[in-house]
Amino acid sequence: MTAEQLAALVEQAVPGSVQAHADDLDMPSLTIAGEHLIAVCTYLRDQQGKNFLSAVSGVDYLGYGEEVAGYFGSERGRDINRTGSWGTPETVTPPATRFAVVYHLAHIGEGPTDRVRLQVLTEEGRVPSVVSVWPTADWHEREQYDLMGIRFDGHPNLRRLIMPSDWDGHPLRKDYPIGGEPVQFTDAV
Amino acid sequence: MSATEHASAPVVPLWQPAQVPSPTPSKIDPPEGEDLITVNFGPNHPSTHGVLRLIVTLDGEVVVGLDADIGYVHTGFEKNFEQKTYWKGIPYAPRMDYLAFFANELAYVGAVERLIEIEVPERAQWIRTLFAELNRIHSHLIFLGTSGVELGAISLFFYCLRERDRVLDLFEMVTGVRMHDRYPQFGGVAEDLPRGFYAEAKRFCHDVPLRIDEYLDLVAGNSVWRDRYRGIGTIDAATAIAMGLSGPNLRASGVPFDLRRAEPYLAYDKMDFDIVTGERGDAFDRLMCRTKEMYESVKIIDQCLEGMPSGPVMADDRKHVLPPRHELQTSMESLIHHFKLVTEGFRVKANQIYYTVESPRGEFGCFLVSDGGPKPWRIHFRAPSFVSLQSTAMMAVNRYIADLIVVVGSLDGVMGEADR
Repeated sequence: MTAEQLAALVEQAVPGSVQAHADDLDMPSLTIAGEHLIAVCTYLRDQQGKNFLSAVSGVDYLGYGEEVAGYFGSERGRDINRTGSWGTPETVTPPATRFAVVYHLAHIGEGPTDRVRLQVLTEEGRVPSVVSVWPTADWHEREQYDLMGIRFDGHPNLRRLIMPSDWDGHPLRKDYPIGGEPVQFTDAV
Repeated sequence: MSATEHASAPVVPLWQPAQVPSPTPSKIDPPEGEDLITVNFGPNHPSTHGVLRLIVTLDGEVVVGLDADIGYVHTGFEKNFEQKTYWKGIPYAPRMDYLAFFANELAYVGAVERLIEIEVPERAQWIRTLFAELNRIHSHLIFLGTSGVELGAISLFFYCLRERDRVLDLFEMVTGVRMHDRYPQFGGVAEDLPRGFYAEAKRFCHDVPLRIDEYLDLVAGNSVWRDRYRGIGTIDAATAIAMGLSGPNLRASGVPFDLRRAEPYLAYDKMDFDIVTGERGDAFDRLMCRTKEMYESVKIIDQCLEGMPSGPVMADDRKHVLPPRHELQTSMESLIHHFKLVTEGFRVKANQIYYTVESPRGEFGCFLVSDGGPKPWRIHFRAPSFVSLQSTAMMAVNRYIADLIVVVGSLDGVMGEADR
């Protein structure tokens, strides 16, 4: 099924939900409005057989397509990447919104896998939680909350999963400095 | 049945409601009670397969509440990948799941290859298939061995390590290292198979099924093993799919889903093998699924050895592929290419891809976003151990604590991969 056909189906089921669609290299990809995410996911699960949520990934587009494809230094750390020689060949159009949350869905059962990519663009990093649709999203969302700082509204247990519970900041964000981390466990000496 | 009756028959829903504890499937709160104690099981405990921390609430010897905590070997792989050019990311990948190192490399290399649209030669595909299956045997042998250690039976572990050593010998013969080999590269594999490999691998294919026969006798015919594993950690097919289980964990519940068959990659579409499934979805079926999968892996290795096509093992694409070593001494252009590729790397058009392989633990996915530069903009790995460990709580609650060890072991989580 092409992205256009799928977008038409989803748009018919949940009007106003599809913001954009594209046939990516690997699978059709839909950009969904955040407020309709649960309805679209439920529709895809119940009517389109997307019973398997492969992964939830957060992407931070801060600085995407700009000359320095690296990181932005701050007082907390140094920027070891500002070499100047890593510029991109052509300037990529940066997305208007900073964060994207990407869901990869698949069908397990009779017939082909029929993978679909859903994408929710969000400026402040807030999307509704899909734990009620696919229970497996529990840890996926906690991981993205922890490392990327995406807030999943309605998640029943949104705590840090990977980093220590008192960690400051979200390491996978592009403005999180590399190098110069404070020394851990100094009080234990 | 009349036509009208048939028309009004209920449509079987595509989504069957799963038996998942609510609100959180991965954390089950204990009931109110007087004599409950909460114990930290791990992170350092021999039977947690690394550093998995389980916060267990016990009523006597029975687990009544459980919260799994991971992250003790988080090493920031995904952040590290963003700092490395694509070439330099290859040695990073196998270090996540150190038992299924080759599958991790394949996922990363395959994702980048799709992005740069490079054609991998036929022979390289077959060699990769061969080593992916050797790696599967390696991983399953460790699983089988440690499943014995959990019950206090140490001897099977030594037997399994004996065969595992032969897998590593084969890896060493071809790649020069026993694990973490950096053997698959963009466009093919680093080197062709050496002389003598065929005979050695053939001997392996002859011996290993006989050994697995012995292990199956030892495990499936052993009443202690059966009693300890049967009916423990049962999960039905609908719940397994809802919880995102994949690989042998899902197949043990009776779902014949295997990415090697569902979305054939490498040379799997030319291979003849069966998908091993279980019936009950309990720990014993998971154990049997993995053990019997080794027979199928041997079958695939044998077919690879017999049908291996000849030809180059590296694509002829000097924009992305390192030039052959011997050319560096004679060709100025090759030296320049080598220098540019190693220092600056190649640029990848702005795009995104999700590439999956069937790792020994299930669907290992690599989601890669590129921005046109020489480093990945964002890379995210879908680690099957990470997903399957979520189900620990629902499998272990209201069971004895000794069964918890069996549950954790049967899910076959590797913490290096879960924490990344």
